[in-house]
Amino acid sequence: MAKRIDVEDLSAWFGSFQALADVSITVEPKEVTALIGPSGCGKSTFLRSLNRMHEVVPGARVSGQVLLDGDDIYADGIDPVAVRRSIGMVFQRPNPFPTMSVRDNVAAGLKLNGVRKKSELDDVVEQSLLQAGLWDEVSHRLNKPGGSLSGGQQQRLCIARAIAVEPEVLLMDEPCSALDPISTLRIEDLIGELKDNYTIVIVTHNMQEAARVSDTTAFFNISGAGEPGRLIEAGPTTKIFTKPDDTRTEDYITGRFG
Amino acid sequence: MIGAAAIGVTALLFTVTELQGVLDFLLVAYLVYLAGQSAVSYVVEGARSAKNRLALTLLISALFLALVPLVAVLYYTLQRGLQAISPGFFTHSMSGVGPLENAGGAYHAIIGTLEQVLIASIISIPIGLLAAIYIVEYGRGRLAYWIRFFVDVMVGLPSIVAGLFIFAFWVLALNKGFSGFAAGMALAILMMPIVVRASEEMLKLVPNDLREASYALGVPRWRTILSVVLPSASAGLTTGIILAVARVTGETAPLLLTAFGFDAIRTNPFSGAQSGLPLFVFNQAGSAFAVAVARAWAGALTLITIVLLLTVLARLLTRRNRLV
Amino acid sequence: MAVAAPTSEPRASRRARDVRRGDRIFRGLTVGAGLLILGLIVAIAVFLVWKALPALRTAGFHFFTEKTWFPDAKPAKFGVAALAFGTVLSSVIALVLVVPVAIGAALTLTELAPRRLGTMGGYLVDVLAAVPSVVYGLWGVYFLVPRLIPMQRWLSDHVGFIPLFHNTNNTFGRSVFAASAVLAIMILPIIAAISREVFRQVPQANREAALALGATRWETIRMAVLPPSRSGVIGAIMLGLGRALGETIAVALVLAASFNISFRIFEPGGNTIAANIATKFGEAGSVGREALIASGLVLFAITLAVNMAARAVVYRSTRIAEGKV
Repeated sequence: MAKRIDVEDLSAWFGSFQALADVSITVEPKEVTALIGPSGCGKSTFLRSLNRMHEVVPGARVSGQVLLDGDDIYADGIDPVAVRRSIGMVFQRPNPFPTMSVRDNVAAGLKLNGVRKKSELDDVVEQSLLQAGLWDEVSHRLNKPGGSLSGGQQQRLCIARAIAVEPEVLLMDEPCSALDPISTLRIEDLIGELKDNYTIVIVTHNMQEAARVSDTTAFFNISGAGEPGRLIEAGPTTKIFTKPDDTRTEDYITGRFG
Repeated sequence: MIGAAAIGVTALLFTVTELQGVLDFLLVAYLVYLAGQSAVSYVVEGARSAKNRLALTLLISALFLALVPLVAVLYYTLQRGLQAISPGFFTHSMSGVGPLENAGGAYHAIIGTLEQVLIASIISIPIGLLAAIYIVEYGRGRLAYWIRFFVDVMVGLPSIVAGLFIFAFWVLALNKGFSGFAAGMALAILMMPIVVRASEEMLKLVPNDLREASYALGVPRWRTILSVVLPSASAGLTTGIILAVARVTGETAPLLLTAFGFDAIRTNPFSGAQSGLPLFVFNQAGSAFAVAVARAWAGALTLITIVLLLTVLARLLTRRNRLV
Repeated sequence: MAVAAPTSEPRASRRARDVRRGDRIFRGLTVGAGLLILGLIVAIAVFLVWKALPALRTAGFHFFTEKTWFPDAKPAKFGVAALAFGTVLSSVIALVLVVPVAIGAALTLTELAPRRLGTMGGYLVDVLAAVPSVVYGLWGVYFLVPRLIPMQRWLSDHVGFIPLFHNTNNTFGRSVFAASAVLAIMILPIIAAISREVFRQVPQANREAALALGATRWETIRMAVLPPSRSGVIGAIMLGLGRALGETIAVALVLAASFNISFRIFEPGGNTIAANIATKFGEAGSVGREALIASGLVLFAITLAVNMAARAVVYRSTRIAEGKV
């Protein structure tokens, strides 16, 4: 289930503007890798390049390789739609399908893949909601619309939806930034549990969160306005936060900028 | 590639069976293409991809299908209109022209339309603008809600009902008879809701900061609206008004019942029946004689040119406004 | 100001009073304009009813059941049955023809076309709306009607056992179907433009959620764009219906008028309330005119109902989009 990602010399553009330059990094399976850095340094762009969501924006493109257990997802002939089926994503603002019920939201990915039997769907829905820590709160109202839940619940619903299709990797783009502190804590606990089964990459602008949640941390930065973002340093979280190799990393961690 | 194959297969079908005609050829080729694309995609890429391709092709075809009538109408009108038009068309009226004569023109109708639209504008623009100002600047309660509701309803009022109303009210009840002025009133009824809606949208776009800056200077509310809000929305308001004028210039049905039509030139819109360009086209078009139909095409070309010029003008104004 | 008259005021408060008066006058003007518009709708209803009453009294209840139209005959015999039927039938057929095309075109413009092309395409579709109805009518008669004949003939020959497509005396041409086709073209821009707005308002986050699950383009549209747009699109269709019901001139030119109730849309003939008013007005006597006003009242009522329902549906859909429902 959980795969490893090897990124080699990844660069990304929006039209003629280069947002990322020459990023190389390895994401270990069944671990949480956090991407930190100041606003606009390309961490979200990098994350979205991992499941080929970057190219959804008109004019956006990518160069380099992203190897999922050795297979380049950007190889010629690879269908981006297939890539996204095996790499799931949770977004910054919770985005459940507003007109679908809780149950249908979680089952959405499964139905797309052709699963039709009601019993099978119900099983997976229950499992996913349990894993996402939402089952107790919604088990009696699975038919209510997805939009009727609170913000924290909606985000956990989106997590359940993403893991229902059993992806190899789970990408999370600042999943807690739109939530209150209590919901944030719950989701961070959830991430700790999920990593037993999934490879997780999480973008966060909250350094304490990265320190709490991740095993590996990668620090991105830009050298000036209009410059592309680069990976400055990546390593075990404890090392990055206590004795980083690069002074820029240390400056960011200690709050001298960003 | 599949497209070429589809054309080839269709050509084959055509020689074998008894189908013929350009349209039929296109239709069959299209269907063969759809079938072929779906089949190939199904085999190579799988069912989901095949469904995806089929759906996307159908959607794009819908867009082309929607644009075909536009091209057809404009092209055909241009063609038939240019055939029939002559300088005399714009300088003569239909007075004294016999049914089989290839003479006469639309001068009287053009004058009529110009006057009627002018009257309609004079009536509807101030009222419409003031009502929009009320809705946006003053209206907080029930009255504003109902005004907006009924303005929306009036947008959907059939033009013939507007004509019937003026006929029942002005021509019959007040016994004033047919006139260009009556037509102007009927057109005003049609113009007003468009002016109100467009102005409302434009006024709502004016940022509140502007108003507050004016109040802070001690300018009274009514002065603020007249000297600050209206000028800053002026480009958008002009666009809305031009579009309303364009819409109403092409209306025939109200004219039928209020201006009634008249063959000679009548420059006074207040006394007696008058013609109008759309009415002219309608009357000529309904005739069985080819000379009349030719005049109808000439009139149609004139009418559509005026309306399109106004529409394009309005669009250009929005474009320039957006750059500011 | 040594010997001040008792009624003079200090300058500051005099100016304040003028300002308040200016505000009151201006505000009064705007309220007046609004009330005028409200009054207009009421006036339309009132005058139509007033002038239609004599005819309605003459015809009695038969006004709604009688098919023929001879109001100036003695004895007068007229009713809107055939007219109302034709109005509704032609509009419904127009809807059936145009709705898939309009929605498909709108989806293509918002979901599939690159931004610039999409805006331009939208403008082009809007130009369709600018063409006056009399031009559509003229074009319909001379261009479209002849070209629709082969198709009608083919359908009548091959599936003519279905009464809808049957044609008894083998003359095709100015049929209800042809009129519906012209109506369809005329209402396409309304439905497409409003649908476009509705689709554009679907937040991009919904589409991204579907794409991130590995949905294809079409699956994304089906899952994330169409469901929240449903009521808005229904409202658009109803507005198109309202427009089709009231369309006069194009139908008057295209239809070969006849007063019968029949579902055979490929046969020449048929009539609508609006087209009947347009064609019969010129030669109508006083009773004839009153009868036409009465039929116009019926049309007013029908379109009023449809437009009010449409507005309610669209209003509800915007509230759903804003998350208030």
